[in-house]
Amino acid sequence: MHALHLTVGSLALAALSVLGLLTLAPERGQTSDSVLLVGLADEPSSLDPHVATASSDFQVATNVYEGLVRFGDDDLEPAPSLARRWTIQKDGKAYTFELEPGVEFHDGTPFDAEAVRFNFERMLDERHPYRHTGPFPLAFFFEHIERVVVVDELTVRLELDQPFAPLLSNLAYPTGFMVSPAAVRRSGKTFGRHPVGTGPFRFLRWDAGQRIVLSRYGEHHAKPAKARTLVFRPIADPMTRVAELSSGGIDLSPELPPDNTAWFRRTSGFSVHETPTPHLWFVIFNTRKPPFDDVRVRRAANLAVNKTAIVEHVLQHTATVAAGPVASAFGDHAGSVEPYPHDPEKARELLAAAGVAGHKLVLLAPQSGSGMLAPMEMATAIQADLGAVGLDVEVRSYEWNTYLAQVNAGLGEAHMAEMAWTTNDPDTLPYLALRSAAHPPHGFNSGWYANLMVDALLESARQKHQRVDRAKLYQRVQQLVHDDAPWLFVASSTQNLVARSNLGGIVVPPSFLIDLRRAYLR
Amino acid sequence: MIRYITLRLLSLVLVVFGVTLVVFVLTSALPGDPATALLGPYATPERVVDLRRSLALDGSLPERYFAWLGHALSGDLGHSYSLGRPVLAIVLERLRPTALLAASALGLGTALGLTLGSLAAVRPGTLCDRALTFVSLVGVSTPAFWIAMVLMLVFGIELGLFPVSGMRRADVLDSSSLVTVVDIAHHLVLPATALGMVAAGVIARMTRAALVEVLSTDYVRLARASGAGESNVRYVYAFRAALSRVVPVIGLQAGFALGGAAYVETVFQWPGLGKLLVDAIAERDLLLVQGGVMLVAVLYVLVTFATDLVQRSIDPRVDA
Repeated sequence: MHALHLTVGSLALAALSVLGLLTLAPERGQTSDSVLLVGLADEPSSLDPHVATASSDFQVATNVYEGLVRFGDDDLEPAPSLARRWTIQKDGKAYTFELEPGVEFHDGTPFDAEAVRFNFERMLDERHPYRHTGPFPLAFFFEHIERVVVVDELTVRLELDQPFAPLLSNLAYPTGFMVSPAAVRRSGKTFGRHPVGTGPFRFLRWDAGQRIVLSRYGEHHAKPAKARTLVFRPIADPMTRVAELSSGGIDLSPELPPDNTAWFRRTSGFSVHETPTPHLWFVIFNTRKPPFDDVRVRRAANLAVNKTAIVEHVLQHTATVAAGPVASAFGDHAGSVEPYPHDPEKARELLAAAGVAGHKLVLLAPQSGSGMLAPMEMATAIQADLGAVGLDVEVRSYEWNTYLAQVNAGLGEAHMAEMAWTTNDPDTLPYLALRSAAHPPHGFNSGWYANLMVDALLESARQKHQRVDRAKLYQRVQQLVHDDAPWLFVASSTQNLVARSNLGGIVVPPSFLIDLRRAYLR
Repeated sequence: MIRYITLRLLSLVLVVFGVTLVVFVLTSALPGDPATALLGPYATPERVVDLRRSLALDGSLPERYFAWLGHALSGDLGHSYSLGRPVLAIVLERLRPTALLAASALGLGTALGLTLGSLAAVRPGTLCDRALTFVSLVGVSTPAFWIAMVLMLVFGIELGLFPVSGMRRADVLDSSSLVTVVDIAHHLVLPATALGMVAAGVIARMTRAALVEVLSTDYVRLARASGAGESNVRYVYAFRAALSRVVPVIGLQAGFALGGAAYVETVFQWPGLGKLLVDAIAERDLLLVQGGVMLVAVLYVLVTFATDLVQRSIDPRVDA
């Protein structure tokens, strides 16, 4: 009667031997030449580019789809893609695109003017038969399109209700990617799980929570991709992503924490690719409420905070100091305005002149959030710097969605709130968040800033579709807003992507839409 | 017995109803909703109102709850806002990996816990007992996610014996079922060990305490006095009596394994329910949270139920 004795012992033994056996299971060796494993910060929620809003969705979609135009490799200037050329009507109210001939979607549907019409009408027309395949949260990128006219099979004209210069960059954004109308009709609401585009890779399969597999589209209208297969692995925990990269479980990964980027830079076998992105991290001042209703106090705060120290120590050089509302990644649109220097002495003088003393200020900060970098550490640094010039700051932190709901409704009791935006056109952020017509609930001007000159410049920049003319207007906006200081301008991040160094053909453009058609394993 | 089972099933219905109601009210009370989460930084109050209308989120709370309940009774748990797919399909797809992980962790924890606990109990006060007690104390007091990271660092990166994360090799598209099973088992070792350690600690401590106590009872002395062999006394009579007190603890650990899986799943990128629910809460995906929590609640009630039945079959002293 040793049955139970044996059972307990053998259970333990079995457990141990299973452990032992399993170590003999096949190890992951070198991946075959053309399978690239990409780590993603999140599992995409939809691969329908008109439905998707998150950066992980876009990283995959960029390889499946193409838009009429695309962002450049080194800048944010729209370049030809599915449209080989285009003309803009003199008054800026109509854009005519000549489409690339002979292009087919992965399912064999021809890409033509009718397909373009289907794409925009699905997003914009409330009575469209495939409207239920939405919602389309970013459709307002194209809200000025009044009509899509099919001129002939390969010519399509977008007619606008008013001139809207950011249209081209919005078309290059994933919301402007072209989806196969036949596939939408076939898959309906599940199209986002069975994406069909014209891009360099075809969708193969999606194992929930594990991987999304794309394979090379051999009949691509331009040059087929080099890699045979792309596997995207969502790995939410950044430490796990780092571990997978160092153990060979993935070949490349975007969006690693600054500390780890520094480590990979020092370690052989990895290369760190970086690019400044059109991102801006700032603190909104409540300009309706003392003391920030006084421009001297807002400037004093900009002088008091040591942005260079934040960039170097908190962000570990993964960002640059910002000067105004137009990110430096927009090139000449940002002009040559210098950031506020770190000058606590001058800040104290300004505060004394404004008669500010004994205010208890509230700074709202999210615990984390899209584009927010290290919001709590940065809040603490800002709190310390403002404290050094005699401004007593209390930091209140919230979970991201709670935070957004609160800040987007407009600042009431709070004096300051952290915010970050990544945009694709110099128009977007100032137009949505600095105009007086964009006070909540109509826009994101949560600090209630108002300057009629800025309003007028932004409106007129939308009417100018000549690049040089637009740039001049944004340079003036940059200077005016810098001087008015409705925000504390802190930093623009550089996006990073870490890849194993045997990976070639990696291009990281400022749009951070990483197209892997040129990537290969050496 | 039939009355007992009927009562338990009735309580299951009540628990599920209560859980869904609480989840519905709590998630609705959170600031932000699926509309703000979907719009992200572009959520102006105006756009939120529009999107809320198109997602049918503009009804009152009781209206929406009863609409949901009506559909749920007919087996339709609604569509996830953030994933745009039927909730039932999503949670069932994620349930299997979680069940596999929790069951392996519990199996490992139980086997280790019973073994270590019995070894310690039969030699109370010795060095062996103290060492085992210490080890189980460490197991009980160390958070699973920390064990997870240490295991990953040592066995995943330094020694390279096990994959760092995931459930399958990501670069293999087609493989035979045997290779797939071995592959999944290979990936399962680290997360199951991380999650199982805590259970092992708790079960070992409980086993030791129960067995020590049983071994000092009169009926054990009687068994010894009537000439039963020592190992027979220890591992048949005493162990069985002690086991009836350990089984409910194992049942409780099953609940913890289901809950604790959320951390471990996040660290090891295990494609299970826990990770899904954490994301769903951040996305304010009310219906997905609802469906997932309901499923976990049902499972938990069923496990407790099963535990009771097992306990009854081991120990006739437990009343029907």
